[in-house]
Amino acid sequence: MKPEQFIIYLAAMAAVTYLVRMVPLVIFKKQIKNKYVLSFLSYMPYAVLSAMAFPAVFFATGNVISAAVGFAVALTAAFFKRGLITVAALASAAALITELIIRYVI
Amino acid sequence: MKKGFFRGVADGMPIFFGYISIGFAFGIYAISSGLTAKQGILISLFNVTSAGQFAAVPIMVSGGGIPQLMFSQFVINMRYALMSVSLSQKFDNKINLLDRLIIAFVNTDEVFAVAVSNKNKVSKIYMYGLILPPYFGWAIGTALGAIAGNILPQVVTSALTLAIYGMFVAIVMPPARENKACGMSVLIAIVLSCIFYFVPHLSSIPSGISVIISAVAAALIMAAVSPIETEVDIGET
Repeated sequence: MKPEQFIIYLAAMAAVTYLVRMVPLVIFKKQIKNKYVLSFLSYMPYAVLSAMAFPAVFFATGNVISAAVGFAVALTAAFFKRGLITVAALASAAALITELIIRYVI
Repeated sequence: MKKGFFRGVADGMPIFFGYISIGFAFGIYAISSGLTAKQGILISLFNVTSAGQFAAVPIMVSGGGIPQLMFSQFVINMRYALMSVSLSQKFDNKINLLDRLIIAFVNTDEVFAVAVSNKNKVSKIYMYGLILPPYFGWAIGTALGAIAGNILPQVVTSALTLAIYGMFVAIVMPPARENKACGMSVLIAIVLSCIFYFVPHLSSIPSGISVIISAVAAALIMAAVSPIETEVDIGET
């Protein structure tokens, strides 16, 4: 790829990504008062993250079993109110250990 | 008492570490796809979006068209528009246009989720503190992966990609446990997302679109069934 071509690609993707984020943030300045809209906006974040995680998480590591074990560990840790780093680290570690067991032990 | 700059940085640190690992995976991916380390880092510095970047690399290296690239970014990143609407309601009244233009640049899934999970309105300096660690974590992770990616065995890097989902779980679990309606909207979104993924004809719909449809439908249903009466927020932290 020529450097000029890369710059064009980079500018095009950055522009789209930025505009999608920026326009609504700039337009919606006033407080929304309608309770249905407010409710929608407060439920939506958690619904988006859940839809992104399910079922994609099971295919994240390239092995459904290690991904499922990592995910189960994350659910358990989060259930007991561990923080972001702890949950993320435990999920990765559990997936790694499972993957190693599958490869070298079983 | 509103949270200040350093509280924002502290809240952003978990995202920093999560982004180091996912950025690492992106750096490796960029190099193995044929981009230079510099190009991979530039992509991360100017986009700050994991799924979009992973989708853009094959289009770039295969010489795909600009419209195709832009359309893919639009579809995958459309969710940010919803998040920005929601985030706008969280800002206190001292956040001006310039602040909005800057914060929008780093409004990622995790930054957004952490910001809205604050009980009170968020201040300008809190937001600036919050976006700093993720932004640099993403860039540093990409650089490390692009330059030193081959040091780690593949089994480690693939396990690291689970970190992002671990963060999602840690963000969603507390409000979903505490608030029944929030928990229900999470369950509905999961069921819909699985339907999109596994039902034959629906699975050809790009995931950027199916995620939005699932989330919007779930939040709409629960907003209609169980609207929040007072102006309390369901988030915590």
